[in-house]
Amino acid sequence: MNPQLFQLICFYAFGFVTVAAALSVITLKNTVHAVLALVLTFFSAACLWMLLDAEFLALALIVVYVGAVMVLFLFVVMMLDLDQEKLREGFVKFLPIGLIVAAAMLVEMLGLIGVRAMHTQVMGADPAATAGTSNTAWLGHALYTQYLLPFEVAALILTVGVVAAVALTLRQRGDARYESASQQVKVSPRDRVRIVKMAAERPVDETPAPPQESKS
Amino acid sequence: MADQLIHQLLIPVLYIVAIVLPLIIAVAMFVYWERKVIGWMHVRMGPNKIGPFGLLQAFADVVKLLIKEVILPTKANRALYYLAPLLALIPALAAWAVVPFSSKMVLSNANAGVLYLLAMTSMGVYGIILAGWASNSRYALLGAMRSAAQVISYELAMGLCLVCVLVLAGSLNLTDIVNAQAGHKGLFGWFWLPLLPVFVIYFISGVAETNRAPFDVAEGESEIVAGFHVEYSGSAFAIFFLAEYANMILVSFLAAILFMGGWLSPFPDTWGFIGQGGFIWLFIKAFLFAFLFLWFRATFPRYRYDQIMRLGWKVFIPIAIVWVLVAGCMKYYGLVTIGTGV
Repeated sequence: MNPQLFQLICFYAFGFVTVAAALSVITLKNTVHAVLALVLTFFSAACLWMLLDAEFLALALIVVYVGAVMVLFLFVVMMLDLDQEKLREGFVKFLPIGLIVAAAMLVEMLGLIGVRAMHTQVMGADPAATAGTSNTAWLGHALYTQYLLPFEVAALILTVGVVAAVALTLRQRGDARYESASQQVKVSPRDRVRIVKMAAERPVDETPAPPQESKS
Repeated sequence: MADQLIHQLLIPVLYIVAIVLPLIIAVAMFVYWERKVIGWMHVRMGPNKIGPFGLLQAFADVVKLLIKEVILPTKANRALYYLAPLLALIPALAAWAVVPFSSKMVLSNANAGVLYLLAMTSMGVYGIILAGWASNSRYALLGAMRSAAQVISYELAMGLCLVCVLVLAGSLNLTDIVNAQAGHKGLFGWFWLPLLPVFVIYFISGVAETNRAPFDVAEGESEIVAGFHVEYSGSAFAIFFLAEYANMILVSFLAAILFMGGWLSPFPDTWGFIGQGGFIWLFIKAFLFAFLFLWFRATFPRYRYDQIMRLGWKVFIPIAIVWVLVAGCMKYYGLVTIGTGV
């Protein structure tokens, strides 16, 4: 089979699955099913990127979004007892806003397609292919040399975000009691149990003591 | 046309069968070996009735599971209930595509092999979560929740360990990573020595990621019966079982490839044939790591849930982050010599 034809078929197949899954995210009634459709959307988008030789981006999308973010999403959705009817109520109310957003995105996409049609290489040739290395190697090199400052700034912003998230959830009540796991693992048996050596048998007393009331 | 079709389609399929079929048999033998080893450690006999030394026990169990009925619980989510075992199994098998068995024997010599492995192992958790949710059972849901939290936590530590290996090897390709460990120093040229803390963290995280004892709170027999697969029976349960053991063998192989020199021989290459590398070395190393899984199971009591979280987030991740810096310095100042392979 012609390799280019096969690539084209794959592109349309992945594209169809992406669009169909994205549509089912907003049409499926069951929220867990909708989250799974979103997972499928990410996965087939990653497949599309793989076709474009953007292997690092594709795999990072799967590792970060499919492997971590969506698992947490699913985690939350499964724990919530969602009222399906209530979720559908605002559909008509928010429809105009949705349509405006959709129209804006359509115009942007048309602009992008127009630019691509006029100048076939608006961003220049694929730099990884020009340098003769793999996409991953080129990306790593570019991030840590040419774009080091933006990369570090992005990392800093993410760290601030993490600290903020922790600060929001870290509430300590004065009257609550916590277990300290680090203290628990430091405990040695000597602090808790005393092993006493004694003979297996005791000599029996000659005169049994009169029964006493038990002291608590 | 037909010739091309055979070349492009049939041969890769044959390669896949040549990896998956021995893997499934290895899982069966590993189950037998586990029961035998744990039996010996408990001063029992282990399976010894079916076949010589009980060798056919695992196959008898497989047949038993396959002819049992798969029961669908009341009000379970039918589609997801049947989909979940497959979602657990597919990534567990797909990950084997990039594992190199020797310098020439690899199905897909992908440039981003390590990333691909991370992507596949992180997808296995969906099978567990969906199994827990779709079963419509409290125990199963609790097990799934525990498993999701645990796998995500330990994936971070595992990813940072892999970063250390990548920094030293300078490549994401698994064959290149093994070749980077080659050299005249033999055993002491491998990455376990400069990355010793990370090597330990990697293997423990691997045990946690596969939900094995002492990190098996997702199944915790004494608390939540059997966790996420409590409602599964027959062949559906067998598939979960297969996925878990395939993952254990995968973690063992990866520990051998990333830190223990893969197919390289521990002896200097002047020592005749035992100094030569070959897939037999990889199998020996992977077998020893797989044995550790069983040893842990027979030795350690189960971790408590909060202790698992503390170990992952407060101990492993900080150490791994620091060691990324240490590995960077070692590479920058040339303290680690990187071989180029043969």
